[in-house]
Amino acid sequence: MSNVTPPPLDVDRLIDDRRTRVIVCCGSGGVGKTTTAAAIGLRAAERGRHVVVLTVDPARRLAQSMGLSRLDNTPRVVPIPKRPRGDKDRAPEATPAGSLHAMMLDMKRTFDEIVEAHADPDRAAQILANPFYQSLSSGFSGTQEYMAMEKLGQLRRADEWDLIVVDTPPSRSALDFLDAPQRLGRFLDGRLIRLLVVPAKVGGRAYLKVLNAGFGMVTGVLTKVLGAQVLKDVQTFVSALDTMFGGFRERADYTYRLLRAPGTAFLVIAAPEPDALREASYFVERLAQEGMPLAGLVLNRVHRSPAARLSAARAVAAAETLQAAGGPDGGPHALTIAALRLHAERMQLAAAERRVAEHFTTAHPHVPVAEVPAQPDDVHDLAGLGAVGDSFYTG
Amino acid sequence: MSTRDTDWEGVRLHVVTGKGGAGKTTAASALALALASGGKRVLLIEVEGRQGIAQVFDRPPLPYEERKIAVAPDSATQPGGDVYALVADPESALLEYLEMFYNLRHAGQALTRVGVMDFATTIAPGLRDVLLTGKAAEAVRRKKAGKLFYDAVVMDAPPTGRIGRFLNVTSEVSGLARVGPIRNHADTVQKVIHSPQTAVHFVTTLEEMPVQEVLDGIAELRGLPGGGIQVGGILINMVRPMELPARELRDVAAGGVDEHELAVGLKAAGLDGSVRLAGDLAAELTEHAVAAVGQQEQRHRLDEPGQPCYELPFITDGIDLGGLYRLSAALRDQGAA
Repeated sequence: MSNVTPPPLDVDRLIDDRRTRVIVCCGSGGVGKTTTAAAIGLRAAERGRHVVVLTVDPARRLAQSMGLSRLDNTPRVVPIPKRPRGDKDRAPEATPAGSLHAMMLDMKRTFDEIVEAHADPDRAAQILANPFYQSLSSGFSGTQEYMAMEKLGQLRRADEWDLIVVDTPPSRSALDFLDAPQRLGRFLDGRLIRLLVVPAKVGGRAYLKVLNAGFGMVTGVLTKVLGAQVLKDVQTFVSALDTMFGGFRERADYTYRLLRAPGTAFLVIAAPEPDALREASYFVERLAQEGMPLAGLVLNRVHRSPAARLSAARAVAAAETLQAAGGPDGGPHALTIAALRLHAERMQLAAAERRVAEHFTTAHPHVPVAEVPAQPDDVHDLAGLGAVGDSFYTG
Repeated sequence: MSTRDTDWEGVRLHVVTGKGGAGKTTAASALALALASGGKRVLLIEVEGRQGIAQVFDRPPLPYEERKIAVAPDSATQPGGDVYALVADPESALLEYLEMFYNLRHAGQALTRVGVMDFATTIAPGLRDVLLTGKAAEAVRRKKAGKLFYDAVVMDAPPTGRIGRFLNVTSEVSGLARVGPIRNHADTVQKVIHSPQTAVHFVTTLEEMPVQEVLDGIAELRGLPGGGIQVGGILINMVRPMELPARELRDVAAGGVDEHELAVGLKAAGLDGSVRLAGDLAAELTEHAVAAVGQQEQRHRLDEPGQPCYELPFITDGIDLGGLYRLSAALRDQGAA
């Protein structure tokens, strides 16, 4: 097999470039997106940027390590730990310190705030109490994605930070996060939802004519399936929301433009596994199609061996030699046998991972790749995040 | 008929959930294969439209249609069995439903074109879930010539974060129609899901967050009003073998490895540069021990709920059909099916 080597992804250069204002970390679930986003945020702060990390669903211990104990929609200061600078090769250069904030998204609260900002208090209260609104704001698939993007827009407009690192919601499909906001925006702004309200309005006649007899059938079927109450809730909700219509689409469009603007960089995160890299492939293609700036792929949890010069086959053979000499329990060399077996396994795993990664690079030869070694333990403190960040050092 | 005892005798609807990335679809597929052996017929249902089952079984995308996709291997004592797959999407389920109750297939198709179906399933998220769980419940209850058509149904369900809401159909539709066929439909579904015929299995890896989701998910199911929903087994995915006994692992994780001892061993095995190699292998072994100790901690946490745990071995080269059969054999050996 030919050797497929992707161009290196220089994360340090990306975060040192002051023109980089937004970094979006995306990828399928379970690949370490949140950890990567937090590690990049911390590293950027160590290198002098004023950073806010927007996370969606962090592991409990990771959240605690950043001082986030609640979903409260408020950026909290994360103290940047002092690190020994002795190891000059790995530690970031001594630059004037930046700062780090982190926040956890509360999607319902974010939605409520949009409503409160756009409607007078009475009307807002009416909307917030509507049963349909309540299921929409906490249950609708896509609301979380929409609100993450909304929050990103708000943080960008606030302009208090010079770098925003966003962790995207844990959807099963990486693409959800690009599509859902628009879907929700389109839905709330859509023809059908208005159609339901038109019977109450004269201006709706034009719509009625379009579907004429069909309209009765539509409401008829919907009433049968959903029940009259749901339709009534939706109608009340829509009339209460009237002033905000257009707003949803506009907000979705604003963040969409922000995502395409210079200063935004996408990082696709993947683990070296077939499923995760397949999703990463789709995502890379989709970003290109949308004209969104891809900075590269972060290959997370990669297994490498410090003793790669000893092949798996030789390690197994050596273990067998010792086993044969030492008897069933390995004799005096039990520890060495274990170490050799483990090494062989690690080499096989590394080779399998490399094959999957090469698959990706063959399909996308120009996408830069950075590798983050597998950490022996779950990352749950700032030191662990710092260690992940150090792997971005390219020297 | 099989004479062996399994942990889930009497369960006919196996709902499989877990955190994204934990290998839910793979585990559900392996479970379906395991349940099929012994001449059984099993339906595997996917509800999130990602064509994950097609990928696991290395097939082109599957339609909204029950199709045979795999055969469970026969053993010396038992014949094989059949696994069917169905990719259920709410829109098709709604169309089917309208046809069944109102003979509205054509109107339904017209409504689909103007987006009404999408609309209906969107404004009432509960409706989606009722339609999908309804499809599974229907398959569980289906009879042909007086006999149950499927011996078991396995559902690759939404992730743990949504599973309680997904299965708790009654409260989901309480805002919907209070009378009428959807309501009756929901009540039937509810009966199946709350019966001893249904069990919810959790898939996890030995990492903090997926394990936490399992514990939270189990607590949530147990706390549901109306008697709760039966919690099934915990399927621990991607389990790697330990190269050292647990005690030694802890010592190594805490204190590192005696490099001198390693160097002597490597030399005895005839490997060159044994001193430097010993240093590198010691680092590798220590890292492994730290990881393994962390995994053991997570493993202990999984004992808390008191549910049976099953281990699925890590398969280095990614899951192909052969790997899937190995996982299904592991499930059978441990009594999960």
